[in-house]
Amino acid sequence: MGLRLLSGDAPRSGILSLLLIVVFLGLALAPFLFPGVRALHTAATICVFILLVASYDLLLGYSGIVSFAHTMFFGLGACGVALASIHMGRGWDALLVGTLSGALAATVLAYVIGLFSLRVRAIFFAMITLAVASAVAVLVSQLFQLTGGEDGLTYQIPRELTPAFRFGEVFGTNLNGRLLNYYLVFFACLALFLLLLRLVNSPFGRVLQSIRENDFRAEAIGYRVVHYRTAATCMSAAIAALAGSLYAIWLRYVGPDTTLSFEIMIDVLLMVVIGGMGTMYGAVIGATIFVLAQNYLQNLMGVAAEATANLPLIPDLIDPNRWLMWLGILFVLSVYFFPSGIVGRLRAGR
Amino acid sequence: MMSAAPDHSPTFARLTLIDRLGRAAPYLLVPVLVVLGFLAIGAPTSWLTLTVSGLAMGMMIFIMASGLTLVFGLMDIINFGHGAFISLGAFVGVSVLFALPGWTDAASLPLNIAAILLAILAAMVLTGALSWVFERVIIRPVYGSHLKQILITVGALIVLEEAIHVIWGGEEIFLIRPSELRGAITFAGAALEKYRILAVVLGLAIFFALRVVLRRTKIGLIVRAGVENPDMVEALGYRLKLVFIGVFIAGSALAGLGGVMWALYEQVITAGMGENMMVLIFIVVIIGGLGSVEGAFVGALLVGLLQNYVAFLEPKLALISNIALMTAILLWRPEGMMRVAKGH
Repeated sequence: MGLRLLSGDAPRSGILSLLLIVVFLGLALAPFLFPGVRALHTAATICVFILLVASYDLLLGYSGIVSFAHTMFFGLGACGVALASIHMGRGWDALLVGTLSGALAATVLAYVIGLFSLRVRAIFFAMITLAVASAVAVLVSQLFQLTGGEDGLTYQIPRELTPAFRFGEVFGTNLNGRLLNYYLVFFACLALFLLLLRLVNSPFGRVLQSIRENDFRAEAIGYRVVHYRTAATCMSAAIAALAGSLYAIWLRYVGPDTTLSFEIMIDVLLMVVIGGMGTMYGAVIGATIFVLAQNYLQNLMGVAAEATANLPLIPDLIDPNRWLMWLGILFVLSVYFFPSGIVGRLRAGR
Repeated sequence: MMSAAPDHSPTFARLTLIDRLGRAAPYLLVPVLVVLGFLAIGAPTSWLTLTVSGLAMGMMIFIMASGLTLVFGLMDIINFGHGAFISLGAFVGVSVLFALPGWTDAASLPLNIAAILLAILAAMVLTGALSWVFERVIIRPVYGSHLKQILITVGALIVLEEAIHVIWGGEEIFLIRPSELRGAITFAGAALEKYRILAVVLGLAIFFALRVVLRRTKIGLIVRAGVENPDMVEALGYRLKLVFIGVFIAGSALAGLGGVMWALYEQVITAGMGENMMVLIFIVVIIGGLGSVEGAFVGALLVGLLQNYVAFLEPKLALISNIALMTAILLWRPEGMMRVAKGH
């Protein structure tokens, strides 16, 4: 039963199974295990990023296509919820309409981009997505009447999902709307993650992997490579948009820094590579480690930089603003030495 | 008695008018766009100003894009780290300019240009040297795998950008052009910025120098042959790897040069400028046809001109004009305007 839920794709490593169970239980019981607003926020962020990274892995790890527009799709989903909630008023219908229209817009856009770039060369895709994503990012900051520009948008979600809605107390934890909101995010992410797992272990997923390994041969066997690649792009975009919608529901705020920026794109790339390309479980491990590190390690860097303030160069190097540099170095090293990421390592060392 | 060999008279079919038009079409697009711009804008003086600034912008983009497209054509390497060389070139060049206040503030054009040339030289030497290390450390291990190349070079781009932050500080740096290159001259009633004219002249000089090297010298012949059929060139005994390293260093040095020129054009530099330029460069390289220097030249001019015209006519559309141009050209020729014939 358990294995069927995982679509027959077992973790195939004792340590990995243990890690996955820890992450799953940690996230499932987060409101009770880690009380506090910040910890719950971190847990919700991990849920959303696991989904986002998994959807990116469908593209990068399973299909071998590099996209730089994934945060754009993520942002589209978030924008859908934000705009619908503002224009339709507070309500469940607004959330639903926003989520669906965001996912639809992302799918259509992904289809159009795929049509132009995948037809000729898969390598065009990386460049064209970079161009389109940066144009959209500029566009969003320019159309500030619609999108709030750099300030972003704040909006209201149904009262049942906000901290103001209380309905009791269990084990010393207040049961409020925030809790419901967290479980909405958690279960939606879980369901979509299992769906992705189902997808990559289906015949469709096998064809994608064969295209990644040898597209010429896959075409020769009779699979239309372009169609499969385009379909993977669209699905990946749609799920990224859904992740964006969930993040928007959780945050009750949408801004360029939280959804669209190139930095998030880099973060996602890093999570996939560190966790392990071409394994959905890599997304779980990568996103969890990364978000935890980002939330807690960055502070540590600040403390370390202050402690070494008298030394030359060192405080400059470990300044929290240089976070990205260390990520970059880590990224390059992991592509060289651990191309299969943590999950690949664990499976190989079984 | 052996029979004589049959008569052999090879015939060369003349290219039809359509074929020749098809080949020349990319070049014709530039004057067509200029004329369309004239018709749309109406006022000759504004049109002249915009055309010159569009050409200047196009030339600078071309300088930065030429290296990237050649490197791709020759070795099938896609280098996202190219942008870091642009930023680095700009920072080195601007540091040199700041170190020579006597030359840049003097009211003498030769001294001003000497300062700029010195800045360009320093930028090119440094980016060239760094690119040699970059090729060995970053790119050498990932030949043949596009996926890894993209990932690794993106990582390297981030690290180099952050290194610029560590060395030059996190703030943007403002600069002013050397004294004789400030302001504009009036020609036929239109105000033409002096620096933009210099940029056009320099860009044209580099384009023609590149063309001469590629078309008239032995090394150019090897490079062009290498783009078309690398295996054959290697079979003939040339060590294409060495040629490639040379092209990579030259291309990165050109990126550094472009960085200095772009810095003087925008009069502000940030570590992220190279990354932002990469967007335009990729568009240019894609619409030109990956691997084609001439295609990159035409593509860069089209992007520069269109962006300036559209920004004047309908500022809101300027942001997406490049994407629209790319879409239109890919609809017309899916592999870019000048497809490089690949022998493999």
